Parts: sequence; C-alpha cells; structure tokens
Amino acid sequence: MGPRGLGLLALLAALSPRSAAASGPALWPLPLSVRTTPRALHVSRENFSVSHDPASSAGPSCALLQEAFRRYHGYIFNLDKSQHGPAKRNSAVELKQLLVSVVLDSECDLYPNVTSDESYSLVVKAPVAFLKANRVWGALRGLETFSQLIYQDSYGTFTINECNIIDSPRFPHRGILIDTARHFLPIKSILKTLDAMAFNKFNVLHWHIVDDQSFPYQSVTFPELSNKGSYSLSHVYTPSDVHTVIEYARLRGIRVIPEFDSPGHTQSWGKGQKNLLTPCYNGHKQSETFGPINPILNSTYSFLSQLFKEVSAVFPDQFIHLGGDEVEFKCWESNPEIRDFMKWKGFGGDYKKLESFYVQKVLDIASTVNKGAIVWQEVFDDHVKLQPGTIVQVWKFQSYSEEQAQVTAAGFPVILSAPWYLDWISYGQDWKGYYKVDPLDFSGSPEQKKLVMGGEACLWGEYVDATNLTPRLWPRASAIGERLWSHSNVKDLEDAYNRLTVHRCRMVSRGIAAEPLYTGYCNH
Amino acid sequence: MAASGLWLPLLLAAALAGRAAALWPWPQYIETSEAHYAIFPHDFQFRYHSSSAAQPGCSVLDEAFQRYRDLLFSSRAWYPPEPTRKLHAPVKNSLVVLVVTPGCNQLPSLESLENYTLTINDDHCFLLSETVWGALRGLETFSQLVWRSPEGMFLINKTEIEDFPRFSHRGLLLDTSRHYLPLTTIMDTLDAMAYNKFNVFHWHLVDDSSFPYDSYTFPELTRKGSYNPATHIYTAQDVKMVIEYARLRGIRVLAEFDTPGHTLSWGPGVPGLLTPCYSGSHPSGTFGPVNPILNSTYEFMSSFFLEVSSVFPDFYLHLGGDEVDFTCWKSNPDIQNFMKEKGFGSDFKQLESYYIQTLLNIVSAYDKGYVVWQEVFDNNVKVRPDTIIQVWREEMPVHYAKEMELITKAGFRALLSAPWYLNHITYGPDWSEIYMVEPLEFKGSPQQKALVIGGEACMWGEYVDSTNLAPRLWPRAGAVAERLWSNKLVTNLDSAFKRLTEFRCELLRRGVQAQPLNVGYCEQEFEQT
Repeated sequence: MGPRGLGLLALLAALSPRSAAASGPALWPLPLSVRTTPRALHVSRENFSVSHDPASSAGPSCALLQEAFRRYHGYIFNLDKSQHGPAKRNSAVELKQLLVSVVLDSECDLYPNVTSDESYSLVVKAPVAFLKANRVWGALRGLETFSQLIYQDSYGTFTINECNIIDSPRFPHRGILIDTARHFLPIKSILKTLDAMAFNKFNVLHWHIVDDQSFPYQSVTFPELSNKGSYSLSHVYTPSDVHTVIEYARLRGIRVIPEFDSPGHTQSWGKGQKNLLTPCYNGHKQSETFGPINPILNSTYSFLSQLFKEVSAVFPDQFIHLGGDEVEFKCWESNPEIRDFMKWKGFGGDYKKLESFYVQKVLDIASTVNKGAIVWQEVFDDHVKLQPGTIVQVWKFQSYSEEQAQVTAAGFPVILSAPWYLDWISYGQDWKGYYKVDPLDFSGSPEQKKLVMGGEACLWGEYVDATNLTPRLWPRASAIGERLWSHSNVKDLEDAYNRLTVHRCRMVSRGIAAEPLYTGYCNH
Repeated sequence: MAASGLWLPLLLAAALAGRAAALWPWPQYIETSEAHYAIFPHDFQFRYHSSSAAQPGCSVLDEAFQRYRDLLFSSRAWYPPEPTRKLHAPVKNSLVVLVVTPGCNQLPSLESLENYTLTINDDHCFLLSETVWGALRGLETFSQLVWRSPEGMFLINKTEIEDFPRFSHRGLLLDTSRHYLPLTTIMDTLDAMAYNKFNVFHWHLVDDSSFPYDSYTFPELTRKGSYNPATHIYTAQDVKMVIEYARLRGIRVLAEFDTPGHTLSWGPGVPGLLTPCYSGSHPSGTFGPVNPILNSTYEFMSSFFLEVSSVFPDFYLHLGGDEVDFTCWKSNPDIQNFMKEKGFGSDFKQLESYYIQTLLNIVSAYDKGYVVWQEVFDNNVKVRPDTIIQVWREEMPVHYAKEMELITKAGFRALLSAPWYLNHITYGPDWSEIYMVEPLEFKGSPQQKALVIGGEACMWGEYVDSTNLAPRLWPRAGAVAERLWSNKLVTNLDSAFKRLTEFRCELLRRGVQAQPLNVGYCEQEFEQT
C-alpha cells in the first residue's frame, strides 16, 4: 500500500475538536490492523455498487449477502439528505465498486454459531475495493467496516481513503441481553436492537424471554403458559414473531440464545401450568403463595422435557440458557413434602443439594435435546455437577475476576457480564468504566484465559421498556462491543471518545436513537 | 345523588370510585361516584356557553377543543355499540364551557388565574373558569376523566371538581446549548407539559457550548457561536412559533440569557466581549466571563437585551448570574487595575455585583422583571425588590431549605429547583424522592411562605438531546408537576404510584415517550417508528 501509511489514529487526531461528530472515518470497534493512506477516493451514490466477486463461493443466490449489500448501500448514502445532484467534481479518483469474495463454503444458508469465522480483509484502492472473508459472517463484518470508512468531506462529497484492513474478533461470544419479561418489548424494538448490534459487531442476542413478571413466549405445546402468564394477550411472542427475530438476526450474523430461567424466577409459569411451582407453607397450612419450581415431582420433569423439546426446535442455536440464578430456599424449606424428600435423599438441611438435584436434571434434559447449556454462576458456585463444555455466565459484581479464575480453573468456559449491567445508570460518562474492563484481567494460566468466550452487556428490564431501551443501550453497549472485538491494547480513552462520538452520530443517522456521550452535536 | 356524595378527604384519593383515580396532578377538591354517562365520539362536542366571555373564534379554546377531541377519540378504535345491546348509561353529548373574563389573544402571565370548576351530573356537563387558561386546565382534567369500558364504550363518571394550582409558577427548564433540541422536540415537550399542567417553559437558550439563538441585531453570535449556523439555530420565526405554541397551551416562555459566566459561545461573535485571561504577563489566548470593565460590554448588552425584551413578550427574563469563575478576572491586569480604582480590594464578588447591577438596570429600563440564579442573592448584589431568585444548589453554601428561608426573609420571591435536577439519574424509582419534596418546608412566617411562587424541574443538557430527552423527563417531571399543583396534603406515595403509573400509560397513548416507573405494562406500548 501507500509508502507513507498514515495511521488511522493520526487521521483522527487531525479532526478539530469543535467539529465534534462531523466527518472523517471513525471505526468502531477498531479493527485488528488498519493501514490508511491520505489518498482520498470519491464515492458516488449513482456509480458505486457492491457486488459479488466472480470467484466468490457466494453469488447472487445468497440472499443473506444480497440483502446486506442493499442495506449497506443505504447506510452509506443515507447521510445525503440535504444534497442533491452530482457532488462537486474534485481531483479525486473514484471508487466504483466493492467486490465481495467468500473464499470457503459460504455458510450462506446456515445459522451462525460460536465457532463461526468472522474474520475478513479489506483492500480499498481505486477503482475497485476488495472484501475477502472465509464465510459470509466475515463478509457481514467487513461490510460494516467498509461503510464506516466512508465519510463526507467538507464539500459534502462521499470519500474513502485508500486503506488495507485485516480484522478478526478477539472473543467469539459478544452478546446483548434483553429482558422481555419485566417489560414486554415490541418486535420492532427487538429488530432495531439487532440492527444496532450489527453496527457494533455484536453477535449474540441473549433473549431473557420469561421471568417472574410475565411469560410472553407462546408455546405450541403449552399455550396456557402465555395465555395465563403474559401481561395481556397482545403482550405475546407468537411462533411467527420468534421466527422473525431469529431470521432477522441470522441475516446480520447474530445468534439468538433464549433463556428459560428456572427453578427460580418462574412465578409467571405457575399461572398456566398447575402444580409446577412449589406451594409455600405457613406453619401447617398452604399459604396460597408459590416458590420456585417444585423439584420433587416427576410431572415437573416431564413438563420440562416437553417444553425444552419445543424450545430446542424453535431456537436453532446450539445453546440454550437455563438460568439457575437466585433460587430462594424459604418456600422449599416451608413445604413438608419437600422436607420429606430431602430426608429421603439424604440432603440433610442443605437446600443447595436440592437445587443441584433439579439443575442436573434440567441439564440432562438439555443434552437429551442436543443443546449445549449456559447457566448463571450460582449453578457453578453451588457445586452442581456440570457436563464439560457447560458455559458459566459470571454476573455478580463482587470479586468477579476471582470467580472467573475459579470457573476456568475448573475447566469451564466463561461469559463475563458482571461489570456490564447497563440497567444500572448513573450521572455522567459511565461508558468509560465499561470500556476499561478487560475480561482476561484475572489470575490464571493461558489455558484458563482461553476458556473466556467473551461477554455480554445486560439490560435488565425492571425500569426499561420500548420508550427508553435504545438510548439506554447505545452507545453505552458500544464500549463493550469494542472491548470484546478489538485487540486488548486498544484502550486509549481519548481516542475511544473521539471515535465513539462519531459512531454514535452514525447510529443516529441510521435510525438508532443513541444518546450523546457528552455536550456536542451531530450534523443530522 | 350517590351515597358517596361527600367532599372526599384528599388522602382517600386512592380509594376513589371508577377511573378518577388516574388523575394527574390530583385536583384540589373532587367528588365522584360510580354513576356514569356514555359519550359517543360522533355526537360529542365541546361548546361555548351562550354567556361565556369566550366564543367561537377564540383561538386558544377553538384549538384546544380540536386537540382534546383528537386526544380523546382519534387514536382509539371506535365501534358504535351493537344496536341490540341495551345502553345502561345516560348520554352526554357535549361539554359546555363558560369563561367569565374575556381575553383570548393575550399571553398567560405569572398572575393568570387557572382555577376551574367541572360539573358532570345528570343535569350538567359543564366547565366553568375565570379565564381561558383555567378552561385549558379543566379540559385537560376532563380528558383524564373519560375512560373506556371493556366493550370500548367511552364513559365518564358523575364528578364534581373544583380546582386551582397551589403555586403559580410551575416550570420546566430545557437546555438548548449543551445540545441543540429540534423544534419538534420542544413542541412535543410543551404538549406533555400541558398534560401535566406545567405553565412555564424556562428556555435556557445559550451557554458556553453553543449560541443557537439567532439574533437579528448581532447575527454573528449564531454565525460564529452555534454548532452549525445552517441547522442548529433558532430563528426569529422559530422562537415566535414556540411562544405561540406555548401560549395556546397556557404556557409562558421564560427566556434565559445567562451572564457573565457561561458565555464562552458569545465570544467568537462579539470580539472584545469576553475577558482575555492572562498567563503571567501575557494573554493566554483563552477567555473568561464577560468583561465587566468595558463600556462596550454594556453598550452591547443594552442593544442585545433591547432585542430580547421584544422577542420574548413575557414580563420576566431570566438573567442567569450563576457560577462565575473568578480565575480569569484575577489573571487580567486591566481588571486588577479596575478593582483598585473602584476600591473593590480583592473581592471579586464586588466586581460581579457591579456587573450584574449594571445589567439589571439596563433590563429594568425595558420594563422587564427578572429572575436570577441564587448566587446573585448569595453574593449580595443589590437587586430590585421584585426580583425572583431561583434556588438550585442542594447543599452549598447552605441547604436549599435554608436558602429559601434566607431569600424570603430578605423579602424576595423564590423559585425552587435544587431537589429537581432531573438530569441527575440513578438506578430505580427516583420519582418518589422528587415527589416528596415540600417547597414550603423551611422556617419562616406565612408572609415568607407566600413569597414562594413555585418551582422548576430542570433538565440540563450535558448528557441529554432529542434521543433521550422524553423518557428522561417523563414521567419523572410529573412528580414535580403534582407537587406544584396539588394540595400540600397530597403526599400518599401508594396513591401517587398507582395514578402516575396509569398516567404514564395515558402519556404513551398520547405519543409521549414516557418511561416506566417499575415492572408492568401498558395496553398500548410505545412503538418505535
């Protein structure tokens, strides 16, 4: 490439601070390697196209890429609301085309999974730029990067600098958790979130679909669950809704992992499924209240087998999240039948053993339906016997790196969420705190570090619904997006601020109501 | 007459029959019963009473009738009742409005009366008010009284309401300098304000970060001081539109031009206005507050505020006066000399007072009253006795309640904002703290208490723009609205929670992006576009 390969950082530094979020390329998350030259190419809406390289294993029959090409053409030129007619001719050479080449079997019609190859390389030079990836998943990431390289110069001309980019993610699991039980989120909000996730190279939607408050998932096998357990009959995800979300996500290289949290957090399940929850006692009498799922009945496990059989067919991902957090023992303790069962099993007074008994059965059910399991950290902490490969999600803030060390020392893969609870809000620029976290910052061997699959930004729904989801999530989650994608040495806060400010304006221009980082403005 | 026909104690608000429990803010006196009447959208109309001082052609009410008609009926699917179904309730075909005092074309003021009486019984469906502003408040209440049966019928309970605000200044501050807010965002906010019976839009137009107010006397101010002089400005036409939009909702527009601090964005457009800061014996290239020692400064302020006084018709202007940083003044040798000459010693508060007094004299000459931030009082600036002091500091130099005491003791009118900085956010339901503030909870005589004219919820813009403004404001600002409107005794948190939860769903239905108070749902959720 250009002999005077001017670094991207130098280019950004040249932007005046007052021009805030005006123009210039601002890549987010920052790719592994970027070599940029000052040679600017002009790109025009009329002449520019994205096409398949003839050598690509994916051609026009690959709907996933066809749609992505159209989408990104829109994103690149939608900034152009104010101007019409041909842009001013300047001396710059024109970039006419981006050719996309998928090298190996494209995987165009598959679902992304945890081992999906998202690497790509991008060579931008006149008159044709090349995007190369092993699979469509890398091509999607590369298209996003390419779209971020194009900016409007001071005359409003769409411009891209010649450059050479090689990129791949640092962690394979980069997730966003949404909670549709505390508040129902309309499908439109979920799809918007998937759009924004793609702009930030997130690849997992962790769908915490049900909880104590409501059961919006419409089960074909057990329709009463949502009939009785949803907030209302219009606050329900039908099979077709779920399918829409999964396919929309797939087209953006995003996995959808459903969470059916049990045995706690299940109050809403009880309304539609008799005898599933434990009746709590007040002395010798039933108190009319219910606790966690009743772990001592065979009917419980036959219900769960059928439910998870359905869920495993509806959600194509290899993994299911089984929850297992915050099990409250009081109700179990109050129930005489459960106490008898404890005695009979020789559990003594240790209700963690009962919890383990339950969770192990659920894990067995999951593996019967050929799904890998993700669980919250309590399941590990309470010494449930886990099958190798079970992923443990660390969420408790206190000494989370110690927890990571222990889980990985025991040989289990880890997903980190503890420092990234975005529902916790405070005044000011909290994104910096999320950004500074390094998921590998715990004591452990290189083998242990390899067990860190990535992390998830969690936006729990107690105080969040469609009215405030988007500005609360973006660009705060973007900080985590870069932490999980970019190299560990990408941690300069000032540089991140400058790029993220532009990136948030880009999200706004693409229809995502991402809130401001600080005082300033966007040009739209 | 229903058996429950008593003036209900206010504290029983939550136990009220029917749907009246969803009213926000809670009226001063309400009597309601289970008996109800049906309303048919196609037949229903708002009508002027023949002896009303306001008649068709009164823009404020004509437009309000249209607005409330739309709010009540347009966004809801409406099916006529099945003819076979027997109608149990008698029908109300109109709300008759009687305004006593003429005046449809004037602006609301601090002294405007907003009281109204709403009577819905077998004989009447009647709204009586002294002024059109009171009629607006009554229409809002009326719209909150209408509810729907499960079959989709529009119904209103037999109700008698006598209502008036506890405080006459119920404001909301928006900051269009840290982030520019598009006009549509401002107008959406004015709509939501009217639903909450707010009556003052405190427009913090300019500040350090940008100068979006397009001055015709000094066009360079926006040309050089706005974020983008083509798109991020408020033209004279824009300002006019905001003022009229607000007027039609009974809302005053209180414009703030904060000086001598918070003025960095003024500098590029008015050379010589700001104080050059020194680094040792040389100018450092940076600038501080407005330069208080030059005649040119006051000449500029005279012309500028002459314009502002006519562009913003409200009697009051907000002149700021907060957070003046003395470092730059201290560094400047010309200012040091001036201090000596004036005998101020090294007390820069005296210099600040000198500036503000000169400015106040200028503005007084334009027949304007003014509001200032509390520092002006704290720093002993001599101000006119009718000055309004706005309290914004929570703890320093004294707790805000003490500050209210001191200000009113000195005989000035006070506005409370300190506990209502809505830009400060935390996890969880912070509305209850906002709600439980009692503005008159300070030591002082009844005369002192009478000097508290109200308060303002402030939404400063460092971290807020049109992407997150609405959910951050609503329904949290609603807590302030009820505190400023309703009786002092309306403090039951359970009742407030239930009503506010329902009211936020009503806001959603009206298109206001109000965030949830806690877990739960609304029949009609917010749909992203």
